[in-house]
Amino acid sequence: MGRIVLKDVTKAFGEVTVIPPLNLTIEDGEFTVFVGPSGCGKSTLLRLIAGLEDVTSGRIEIDGVEATAAPPSKRGLAMVFQSYALYPHMTVRKNIAFPLRMAGMDKAEQDRRVAQAASVLNLTDYLDRRPGQLSGGQRQRVAIGRAIVREPSAFLFDEPLSNLDAALRVGMRLEISELHTRLKTTMVYVTHDQVEAMTMADKIVVLRAGHIEQVGAPLDLYRAPRNLFVAGFIGSPRMNFIAGAEAAKHNAHTIGIRPEHIAVSADAGEWSGVVGVSEHLGSDTFFHVHQTGLADVITVRADGEVGFRHGDRIHLTPRADVIHRFEETGLRIA
Amino acid sequence: MARTVTTTRKSVNTILAWSIGLLIFFPILWTVLTSFKTEAQAVSDPPVWFFFDWTLDNYRTVLDRSDYSRFLWNSIFIAGGSTVLGLIIAVPAAWSMAFVPSNRTKDILLWMLSTKMLPAVGVIYPIYLIFIKMGLLDTRTGLVVILMLINLPIIIWMLYTYFKEIPGEILEAARMDGAGLRAEITYVLLPMALPGIASTALLNLILAWNEAFWTLNLTAAKAAPLTAFIASYSSPEGLFYAKLSAASTMAIAPILILGWFSQKQLVRGLTFGAVK
Repeated sequence: MGRIVLKDVTKAFGEVTVIPPLNLTIEDGEFTVFVGPSGCGKSTLLRLIAGLEDVTSGRIEIDGVEATAAPPSKRGLAMVFQSYALYPHMTVRKNIAFPLRMAGMDKAEQDRRVAQAASVLNLTDYLDRRPGQLSGGQRQRVAIGRAIVREPSAFLFDEPLSNLDAALRVGMRLEISELHTRLKTTMVYVTHDQVEAMTMADKIVVLRAGHIEQVGAPLDLYRAPRNLFVAGFIGSPRMNFIAGAEAAKHNAHTIGIRPEHIAVSADAGEWSGVVGVSEHLGSDTFFHVHQTGLADVITVRADGEVGFRHGDRIHLTPRADVIHRFEETGLRIA
Repeated sequence: MARTVTTTRKSVNTILAWSIGLLIFFPILWTVLTSFKTEAQAVSDPPVWFFFDWTLDNYRTVLDRSDYSRFLWNSIFIAGGSTVLGLIIAVPAAWSMAFVPSNRTKDILLWMLSTKMLPAVGVIYPIYLIFIKMGLLDTRTGLVVILMLINLPIIIWMLYTYFKEIPGEILEAARMDGAGLRAEITYVLLPMALPGIASTALLNLILAWNEAFWTLNLTAAKAAPLTAFIASYSSPEGLFYAKLSAASTMAIAPILILGWFSQKQLVRGLTFGAVK
């Protein structure tokens, strides 16, 4: 079980309000990702749930029980930190067994659970090493091992992959998703990387300046962003925004069109412009198109084989059914 | 361009370093040498260096005349006791200042240090009276308490600096893992800060062992440590240099040996965190 409810939770550091009143329910077994630019309060929110920070006002319930004032050790949650935060003076075995030892579990049961966690995470051969003798990915797995042995009611992840190199990050991302599928335990995951958010989440919570901008399934956010901020934040490369006359044609203040929803052609199209930088990824090519008269730059995605050069004039046609319309306040027009 | 160090420059540096080292070591060497001379040789002019009649007479006289083991035991008890008591108080204090600082933490740290700037003699009168009132005069307990108090600012400062080096996230991880405050300090903080704690303890042992003002002024016979033992061999008249040297050598030997064996630890502790 691990249903977490935040009711009118606020957090202020001195005079500075980091989280204005916020309400959120994280359902049992759900993989929830907090995403947002740095400084949006996502880590603070996670630390409030963990109990590492005290709420200024409001109420936190875990499994229906009020936990607002409970210390972290009494909340039954496990956390994986960005810096791994392993105990450097203990072996991997002792690191993983630490929460069990704190719970006063008997030695045989501790050993059994540590062995089980180690085999799940491929750490069996490293149990007698110290964290200093492990690679970044192995350390991260030890941190996860330390979290899973205790069978917590929910896992909290604070940007756990941001210290890993790109290849390892993809691997660990899959491992964490796999772990969630297997354990079916609530996971709350903080990241600024929207690819992690999109690929792992059951539910994404987009935050800006402590406010929840939108909550929803990854594809719902992609298909129907509630406002300009979410539209710009979810999706990579980011959505093109066009204001002015072109938007007025669609009865909107601003329209948004994703790079993947614009067709490219050498001879004809609705809009035209001059190719600036092109990014060839192999499978896809992203063209940054200038002088369209619509916006400073329009990004479009084309097939990897499309070979326009810098300075070529090209024609663009947006897919009419996926144009997002926003009113002047930034809200989506349904 | 890499800096080139010539051989000449190297040897000059080596000679300079040795000279300074010997200069600092000289008083100790001279004391030890004098302790093996006769009283006449001890004051001879020009001084004799190594070629004299080496004798153990001074040590015999000193051991005959006074109860060395009692002084030694008092020193161990007072230095050890004040260090242990100091650490027990300083660990939680330094923990709170390092990991849950308030706006006033810096002020408190500075204020504590400022107490060390007060000349001890300035408070001898009130302290003496308090000691009489509480029946602590010439007791080891009294000295343990007073030496702990005068060194507490230094212990807290040192521990505070070591604790600051420990990432807060590791302690938070312990909290998330179900550790209460006691478990967090015992199983995570203390083992990680052990080198720092060891050098703090060592420094405090040395300071307390060598402390002479309070130990001489607040003791008479029962609780007198080795500082009083040395002082009892200095007298306004007569020849006493050799015996004084023998007493001094015996007084500093234990702490010198302890320091010698733990110098690696001490240096590591004092430069802890300087290089990552």
